[in-house]
This record gives sequence, structure tokens and C-alpha cells, in this order.
Amino acid sequence: MQHLFPMPAIQSPESESIQPEEIHPDVALVARAKDGDTSAFEQLVRQYDRQIFRVAQHITQNREDAEDITQDVFFKAYQKLDQFQGNSKFSTWLVRIAVNESLMRLRKRKTSKTVSMDEDVHTEEGSIPRDFAEWRPNPEQLYGQGELSEILRKTIQGLPPGFRTVFTLRDVENLSTEETAEALGLSVPAVKSRLLRARLQLRERLSRYFKQSNPLQALEGKSR
Amino acid sequence: MTCTDFLAKLTDFFDGTVPPALMIEVEQHIAECKHCEVVLDSTTKTINIYRNSEIYDFPPELQQRLESAIMTRCCGPRDSTK
Repeated sequence: MQHLFPMPAIQSPESESIQPEEIHPDVALVARAKDGDTSAFEQLVRQYDRQIFRVAQHITQNREDAEDITQDVFFKAYQKLDQFQGNSKFSTWLVRIAVNESLMRLRKRKTSKTVSMDEDVHTEEGSIPRDFAEWRPNPEQLYGQGELSEILRKTIQGLPPGFRTVFTLRDVENLSTEETAEALGLSVPAVKSRLLRARLQLRERLSRYFKQSNPLQALEGKSR
Repeated sequence: MTCTDFLAKLTDFFDGTVPPALMIEVEQHIAECKHCEVVLDSTTKTINIYRNSEIYDFPPELQQRLESAIMTRCCGPRDSTK
């Protein structure tokens, strides 16, 4: 069927090229690590420490916490390696530990307030789009790398933890909707609902930086 | 299809799981509704920008320090003479 509108071009540079029936290379590494081969475990650490650090930093919004959590996640994974049955990808298993550790860290920080995946998810904010200005074709090119990162950090920081976590796993880490649900202990419909609202809230907040109607940027664009 | 119906299908649209018959309605709505076309375009860009940007630094020194700390915690101090 020829679609009027092609599927949106969501770019995924790290998308999995492994087919489901293929054996993931991690399986052999995990098996060797279980047998006491520390170099195999070290290789797994090297493969996933950046991802685990990124997940922890996205959720906690704190660099020192993210460093501690990254260490804790791999330490716990090493201790519980025998419990990993291989029903999910090893990286998904690590991410699940990272999410739990990160939410626990948030709870410790906010002593008077419970932090959970359910916090603030009942807000209606951002569930209905309000800004309908068109965005520039390549909005990320409007800013230098440092400035863009600052805008993106500031914007995602404003999301409630429950939304931020779902968006991070599904859209930043490129887990499937089902893997995200599994990692967070949520149902697939709950993930979809939070994901929609997270995406719409971020879109709404980023619009002020990326829309075409910003007269300053329009002028800058013309002069380029 | 209304704008509310379209929004309700947006996540499935990104997942590529909208049934073909409904997909025709979705596409027709986007063709006719400028607001929803903008929402689709800007939401797609939102996802792409976050997916393709490393917004938190992870310099090699930090990676090395973390890996060393993790391996020491898990397996004990290494013999540096090896």
C-alpha cells in the first residue's frame, strides 16, 4: 500500500541489527562471566557503562548520583549474574537495575515526598498541543552543540520523573515499547500513555527554541 | 477522524502498529489538518534530536575511572605488575 505520508523518519543510529532468531553476542559473554571469566564481565562493563550512566543521569538529573549508580548497577549485576536467565537482553536487564537504583536515589533525596513511576502522571499538562507553529527543517542546526545540549537538558529536566523515565528508555535508549514496559514494571498501555504525554510536553517546551516564527531566528536564517 | 483520535493513535503511529485500514484515516487526517501535521513533524523532530544528541558528557577519564572502580569492587584489586 502506498501511504500518503511515509512513516516518520525517526533516526536510530544505534538501532538493533540483530534479528530475533540470531543469538546475541552478549549471551556468550554472560556465560563466560558466569563461569568466572572476569575479562568477559569487563567487556560487558565497557559495552554498557555509557548507557547505564546516561539512563541514571536522565532520571536523577545529578552527575554524582549517576556515577555512583553506574558502579552499583554493575556490582549488583555481577553479584546476581546467576539470576540472569537470558529471557531479556542483558542490556535491558542492566537498564532495569539502573532504573530501580535511580528511582531509589530520588526517593532518598526527596525525604518528604515519595517518588515513583506514578508521580505526577495524572497531570493534564501538555496532553493537548497548544503550539502549532511550524519548526525549522533542521532545528538542531540552529544552535551550537553546547547550547543545544543545555536546551535539551533543561527541557527534559522539567518533566515529571515518571514521564522522563519512559521517554528516556523508549526514545533515547531506543528500547521497544514492550522492553520499556518490562524494564519499568508497567503495562504496555501505561507506557504508551506516558510516552505520548512526555513527547507532547517536550515538543511543546522545545517549540519556543525551534519554531520558524521566532523573528530573531528567522532573521539569522536569512543572513546565513 | 478527529484531532483527539489522531493524538490517541500517535504512539502506535510511531511504533508502526496502526492497522492498515486505520492508517488510511490517519494519513487522510494529516493531509487535511495543518495543526496535526505540525504536531507530527515537531514530535518526530523532538524524538530525533534527543536520540541523536549526547546531552551528558561521558569523557574517557570518567569511563576509565568507573570501569576501574567497578572491576575492583567486583573482582578485587588488580595486580598492576602484570
